[in-house]
Amino acid sequence: MDEVVAEYIRRTVLKIPRDEIMGVLRKWGFLSETQLGAINFRQTKDSISQEVVQLCEENSADIKQAAILDIIYNNIYPNKRVWSVYQMKKTGEETDLFDFTNFKKKFKRRLQSALKNVTISFREYEDNAIWIRIAWGTPYTKPNQYKTSYVVYHSQTPYVFISVSVLKSNLPLLCQALVVASNYHDIREMELRSHCLNSLKDIVFKRYSQNFQTHYPKQEKNVATENVDVRIIQEDKSEKERIQRVNREVFGDGPQPKLEFAQYKLETMFKSDPKMDVLEKREPFRCLVKFSSPDLLESLKSLVPAGMADAPLSPLLTCIPQKARNYFKIRERKGVLPGSFVRP
Amino acid sequence: MAVARPFDKLPALNSAALLLVGTDGSAQQRLAEAVLRERREFEISIHLATSLPLPAERDHLRPRIDLIVFIIDIKSKYSLKNVEASLAYVDASFFLGKVCFLVTGVGRVNNCSIEMNAIWKLRDVYCSPVLLCELEVERIQATTAQRLLRMLQICAGHVPGVSALTFGSLMRSSADD
Repeated sequence: MDEVVAEYIRRTVLKIPRDEIMGVLRKWGFLSETQLGAINFRQTKDSISQEVVQLCEENSADIKQAAILDIIYNNIYPNKRVWSVYQMKKTGEETDLFDFTNFKKKFKRRLQSALKNVTISFREYEDNAIWIRIAWGTPYTKPNQYKTSYVVYHSQTPYVFISVSVLKSNLPLLCQALVVASNYHDIREMELRSHCLNSLKDIVFKRYSQNFQTHYPKQEKNVATENVDVRIIQEDKSEKERIQRVNREVFGDGPQPKLEFAQYKLETMFKSDPKMDVLEKREPFRCLVKFSSPDLLESLKSLVPAGMADAPLSPLLTCIPQKARNYFKIRERKGVLPGSFVRP
Repeated sequence: MAVARPFDKLPALNSAALLLVGTDGSAQQRLAEAVLRERREFEISIHLATSLPLPAERDHLRPRIDLIVFIIDIKSKYSLKNVEASLAYVDASFFLGKVCFLVTGVGRVNNCSIEMNAIWKLRDVYCSPVLLCELEVERIQATTAQRLLRMLQICAGHVPGVSALTFGSLMRSSADD
């Protein structure tokens, strides 16, 4: 077995938490049940990974199988990478039946005609998701298995989720290959990025609870709900209830999709007191506002009830799931009304 | 105009009413519960509000407010703005010892959003004492509750010989030293 392959498998196994190694290897299906049973999981992860490599050696694993193991690892732990969402566009209305074999052939052909030194692997999952792993080389060097990009394509939709590694220069090539292989004619970046792949899917497939204008019957608050001390009087109970209602209308009832950032690039003019004359040149004032949080949308949802902001929140913040983007450019609005508006 | 006035209602026998004004509802609730846990010999009612003015509809149910505590979270500029806006709805005679500012969150030095100068300005402009505390620490919350309760007692006139104004000027002169 190739040394590169052996080392790659060893490093991949090391990334997996000890208790989950058996499950991942089983999903991989490359080692037999007897072989799996022989592994001693009570030793250090280092030793476990060495054992796995030895067993792979027995079965003569090659780079193809190692790549599949890597896909499986990334499918189970997708949140270790940053995913960007892309949308493909079709010209006509022809809905061709999706043919996986044809797709694979076209994709490989397109990519390899431009760059021969790539390792391309595919894996199909039950939810119509196709995972593609590409290990990039250069025109003069073999593919580097540690410089990989991953693509998740749901064939029934025009959406593609791409996790690009350091080699951003290969992105246009990758996009081209996707467009050609899937019979679309164009692809654009949606300015929507996050670590949480499932949340990105929730946003574009509209699987989160949306803010419909629902009218709830006036709920009579039972006094028995909390041990309310009669000596403590909430003076603005009705205001608090109004805030809860508005919040529910804006954010919906269910859990919010998980995003880590919202970034607003301002290209607006600096508006100051004309007497102050801060900027002589009438140039846009370049400014970047970035919100970050372990769970941005949930934090935005809790802002007003926690008493940290006024209701209603700025639509620039609340529009994120509907607009399916979290990176914005804000330019000056041209025309009679001063102000700024959001532009793609 | 729904301005809070200190003497527009008759006092009730052996009781006092405290009004907490601040944006953090859950911190207010916890502080109110801490005050209620303290031993005292009079009836007490604690009113919680996010901002002033208080809703007019409930005015007839409200007792005479003896002490207003404006709660500012030093980590939140928004809480300061809220207090500054609410101060406009308080009658000037309240500031004769019946108002105090409670600045919370001072335990987290790295997260301060408000400059202490802004706080001292409030103290000077409104001639009212400023208490600093960290309500997330149980012990300090209890101590703060005790102090507020004692101030409430004085402001409600339960301590013979000490009026709210006396106490206010006492606090001010000791702070200037």
